[in-house]
Amino acid sequence: DLLNLPRLTKQTHPQTTSIVMFRLGRQLLANPLVLVESARGNPTPATLSAITAARKFGDVTALVAGTGCGDVAAKIAKFEGVTKVLTVDDDNYTHGVAEKNAALVKAVQDANKFSHIVASHGAWGKGIIPRAAALSDCAPVSDVLEIKDDKTFVRPTYAGNALSEVVADVDPVIHMTIRPTSFDKATEGGSDAAVEAFDASGVKFGASCTWLEDIVEVSDKPELTTARVVVSGGRGLKNGDNFKLLYDLADKIGNCAVGATRAVVDAGYVPYDMQVGQTGKVVAPDLYIAAGLSGAIQHLAGMKDSKTIVAINNDADAPIFTVADYGLVQDLFEAVPELQQKL
Amino acid sequence: PRPFFLGNRQPSRKPPCSHFPDMLHRTLQTKLRALVGVKRVIDYTVKIRVGANGVVTDGVRHSANPFDENAIEAAVQMKEKKIVNEIVAVTIGGPKSVEVLRGSALALGCDKAIHVKLDSDDTQLEPLLVAKALQKIAGEVEADMILLGKQAIDDDCCQTPQLLAGLMDAPQATWVSSMEIADDKKSVTITRELDDGLQKLQVPLPAVFSTDYRLNEPRFPTLPNIMKAKKKPLQEKTLADLGITDTTPRIKVKAVSEPPKRAAGVTVKSVDELVDKLKNEAKCI
Repeated sequence: DLLNLPRLTKQTHPQTTSIVMFRLGRQLLANPLVLVESARGNPTPATLSAITAARKFGDVTALVAGTGCGDVAAKIAKFEGVTKVLTVDDDNYTHGVAEKNAALVKAVQDANKFSHIVASHGAWGKGIIPRAAALSDCAPVSDVLEIKDDKTFVRPTYAGNALSEVVADVDPVIHMTIRPTSFDKATEGGSDAAVEAFDASGVKFGASCTWLEDIVEVSDKPELTTARVVVSGGRGLKNGDNFKLLYDLADKIGNCAVGATRAVVDAGYVPYDMQVGQTGKVVAPDLYIAAGLSGAIQHLAGMKDSKTIVAINNDADAPIFTVADYGLVQDLFEAVPELQQKL
Repeated sequence: PRPFFLGNRQPSRKPPCSHFPDMLHRTLQTKLRALVGVKRVIDYTVKIRVGANGVVTDGVRHSANPFDENAIEAAVQMKEKKIVNEIVAVTIGGPKSVEVLRGSALALGCDKAIHVKLDSDDTQLEPLLVAKALQKIAGEVEADMILLGKQAIDDDCCQTPQLLAGLMDAPQATWVSSMEIADDKKSVTITRELDDGLQKLQVPLPAVFSTDYRLNEPRFPTLPNIMKAKKKPLQEKTLADLGITDTTPRIKVKAVSEPPKRAAGVTVKSVDELVDKLKNEAKCI
C-alpha cells in the first residue's frame, strides 16, 4: 500500500500531501492481531492466509494460546509481516473452546488496543471471533474476500452470488474472519519476531463447555482446502463404494483431494468433511473436476473460484456445465477410469 | 424477569458457584424451555439477481432459513421426548416475517411465537443487533436452550449464535450434529462439526446452540398442524419494546455487485480431447 501512495515533492498539491501523510500515519497506527490456529504442532495453512490479509493493515502481532504453544510461536515468528508473537501456555485454550478463547482475546485486546483482530473463516475462527466481538460490543465482519482499505472489505452473500462491499468505520476495533482461498499464504521472511508470554492470569471465565474429545481422522492424503487439484463426486456415483474411482484418479493425479456434494454426504456415501459448498468447504484449486454432480447453487458457491473447472456428467443440461471450462457429456463410469488411465 | 442473562461478567468477589440461584431453580425444574430463532430469507432454490438497490427481493419466493428448520425440528423432537415442555419461536423482521412463524415454526410444533416487527421487509438488521434483540427475548421468556440455525443463507455471516452467547456470557455449542440431554437436564453432550472431524463437548445449560443439516431431518408441516398454528399465541413486539433504540448499523453496505462471470467453456468430445486441453491449453496437469 505504501508503494501506491503518490510521491511527495515540492510540487505536490498540499491536499495530496496531507492525504498521503494521513494515510501513512494511519498505516503506522493500524496494528492488527492475528489469532493463530494450530494443528499437530503447526500453524494451519489458513492462518498463514490470515497473516497475509492482516499485513495489509500493518505489522502483525500473532496470538498463540494452548499447551505447547511455544513450538507454534517459534514457527509463526518466522513469517514475513509478523513482528511480535504473544503466547499463553495454558490448557484452557488448547481445544478451541470458544468461551475461553474469546475471553482471552478480549483480555489481549484490552491490554493492547489492536486495530483489527483477524482469524481465518473456519470452524475455529468462526467460533471465537464473533463471540470476542460481542464481548467488546463490536460488529464482526465474516468471510472477507478482499481488503480495499483499513475499513472497507468485500464479502460474499447469497452463496457467493452477490458480493457486498462493506465499510466498518464505527467500532474502535474490527473483528474479522477472512476466506483463506482469497489470500496467499504468508512466506517465511528474514528475521524472527519477538516472542513474549502474555499474562492471562486475570482472564475470568463464565460458564463454559467442557471439552470431551476430538474425533479427527489424520490422513496423509492431501487436504481439501489446500490441494492443487480437487476431484468431486455427486449423486451420479450412486454409492460410497464407487467413490473409489475418484480416490484412484486422485492418487494418479497427485496432490489431489477428493470432495463431495451435500447430497452424497447426507446420503451417507462419504464423511461430511468432504463436503464442498456454501456451508461446507470453499476450495479454489488450480483444477476442479466435477464428476456425476449436477452443480446446485450451493455447491457452486464452494468451488466456482477454481482456476479450471472440468465437468463430467451424462446429463448435458446439468447446471455444472454453465461454469465448466471443459465439459464432457459422458458416463462417468467410463470417463473417469479412462481419464485415470490416460493421464 | 430473573436476572439470568446479565450480559456482564459476574464480579470476582461473588462465591465460586455464581450460578447457585440458577442451579437451584434448575434442580426444582423438571422440564426445559427452548427458544428457537427463525429468519425469513429468499428460498434456497432461487437464483438471485442483483439490481440497482442490491439483491432483488420483490416478488421473489421466501421461506424459513433451512438451518432454522433444523433448530425447530430439534426443539420439537425434544418436546416429543418430554425433555422440553415449551418451545417459543422468535423472528425479527418486517411484516411478512410472520409467515415463517405461522407457516413453519408454529405449524411444526412450536407452542407460541414472538414477532419482533420491523417497519419494512427490506430492513436487514446486522447480526449484532439481532443478537441483542434475542438476548432480551431469551431473558423475557426465561429460555434454558436457545437454538438458532448456524447461518442465514442470505447474508452467510455465521455470527448470530456466537454473538448471542457472548452477550449472554453463556456457553455456546455451534454446528451441532447430535445432542444428548443429561438425565438431570442441567447439561447437554453434543457432537459438533469441525473442519477436519468432530468434537464432543459437554454444554451446561442455559446455553446457545447453532444447528446444522446433519442434526436431524426437518419434518413437513401437515395440514391439520397448519390449521392449529393459526390459533397459537403470536405476540408482536418492536425493538423499542425490547429497549433497543439505537439501530444504527456498525457496518454499512456500500455496494452490492454480482461476482465476475466466468468465460464460457467448451464441450469436449472425448477423454483424449479433455486430456489434451488440460495439458496444452489450461496447462494444469
